[in-house]
Amino acid sequence: MTASVLPAGMAHAQCHACSLVMTIPEEARESRLGCSRCGTVVHRRKPNSLSRTMALLLAAVICYVPANVYPIMAITSFGKVQSDTIFSGVIYLFVHGMWPLALIVFVASIIVPTMKLIGLTALVISIRRRSQWRPQERARLYRTIETVGRWSMVDVYVVTILVALVHLGSIASVEAQTGAFFFGAVVVLTLLAAQSFDPRLIWDSIEDNDE
Amino acid sequence: MPRDGPFEPRIQVRLVGCHECDAVVEEPFVPDGGSAICGRCGGTLFRRQRQTVEITLALSISGAILFVVANVYPFLAFELQGQVAQTTLRSGVSALWGQGQYAVAGLVLVTTILAPACQLALLLFVLAPIQFKWRSRGGIRVFRWLGRIRAWSMMEVFLIGILVALVKLSDMADIVPGLALWAFALLIPILAGALVFLDAELVWRELEAVE
Repeated sequence: MTASVLPAGMAHAQCHACSLVMTIPEEARESRLGCSRCGTVVHRRKPNSLSRTMALLLAAVICYVPANVYPIMAITSFGKVQSDTIFSGVIYLFVHGMWPLALIVFVASIIVPTMKLIGLTALVISIRRRSQWRPQERARLYRTIETVGRWSMVDVYVVTILVALVHLGSIASVEAQTGAFFFGAVVVLTLLAAQSFDPRLIWDSIEDNDE
Repeated sequence: MPRDGPFEPRIQVRLVGCHECDAVVEEPFVPDGGSAICGRCGGTLFRRQRQTVEITLALSISGAILFVVANVYPFLAFELQGQVAQTTLRSGVSALWGQGQYAVAGLVLVTTILAPACQLALLLFVLAPIQFKWRSRGGIRVFRWLGRIRAWSMMEVFLIGILVALVKLSDMADIVPGLALWAFALLIPILAGALVFLDAELVWRELEAVE
C-alpha cells in the first residue's frame, strides 16, 4: 500500500543504521545526537555528502582511464603470451558465441561503471543547481546505480579465478596486471561515491519550493 | 540547554522514514508479506514479515554450513596434459597476493570471504538469542552494522565470475567443478532469502524489549 506523506518542515531525523524516526527537539538541532535505539550518531543528511561524492567520483574518473587502457591480465599458453583488457575480454566472449555471458560482462564491466560515473555526476550537478526536474526519475536513477554497482566486480573475480587456477608455468599461466588494480579501484571508488551520496538531497529543493 | 546523547521520540504513533527521499509517514498497517510504498518517491518503505526470526535464522544456519563447505573444498579443478591444479577461495586470494596485487587480493578477500562470514555470524549472533530466549547482550551494538556489511558482500557476483572463467578456459583445458561450487550455488539464494525474509524493524523491536 502507499503511505501518505506527513507535511514537510517538522524536525524529524532518521537513523542511518536502524531506521528509527525521531523527533528532534528545537533546542537540540545543532548538537551531536545519538539514536535512542542503537546509539549511532544521527544526521538529518549525510555529512558533506556532495563534496565527498564529488571527490570520490573525481578519483574514480582518474582511475577509469588506466583501468580501460592497461591490460587486466596476461595469459600465457604454450609459450604464447596474450594480454587482455576489459574490452578485449568482452570481445573474446562475443567472438566465441557466448552471447548471454558476453552481454552480462559487457553490461557489468563497461556499461555499469560508465553509467555510474555519468549518473552520479549528473545527480550532484542537479542538486548543486537546485533542480526541480523529475525528482522521482532522479531518485530511481540513484536506486539503480546503488543496486547494479556491485556487478562490476565480475572482471576482478575472473582475474582472481584464472590466476589461482592456471599456474602451470610456460604451458599455461595467468598473471594479473596493472589494469586489474585500477579497475578494482574504479569499482570501489564508485561504490563509496554512491554510498556517500544522500538521495534525500534530491527532495530538498522541492520542499524548499513548496514552502 | 542543548545536550548531547540519546533522546526519546515524542510522538506515540510509530513514524517511518523513507530511505530514499526522507519523507516521514505514519506507519501504515501492512499485512504479512506485504510492503509499504512511499507516497512521494515510490521507494519501498518496509516489508512486513511476521515470522522473520524463525525463517531468517533457519536460512542463516544452513548458510553457515554451506559457507564452511564452500571455503574448505576446491571449487574448480583444471586439467592440462596430465597436470592438475585446484583452487579454493583462499588460494585465489593468496595467488593474487603472491603476484604483488595486494590491493586486489584484499578486495577479493573482503568481498567474498570476510563480508559474507561477518554477515552470517552477525545474523546468528542476533537472531539465535531472540529465537531461543537466551539472555545475551550486545545485539543492538552488532545488528546496526548489518547494512554496511551487506554492501560489501558479493558472492553472487563471484558466481558469475566463475562462469565467465569457465568459458574462457574451456577451450584450453578440462575444467572439473568441485564440491565448493555447488555449495556456492546453494549458498547464494539461501543468503539472499535470509535477507529478504529479514524484517529489521521487528528484530529491532525485539532487541529493544530485551536490552
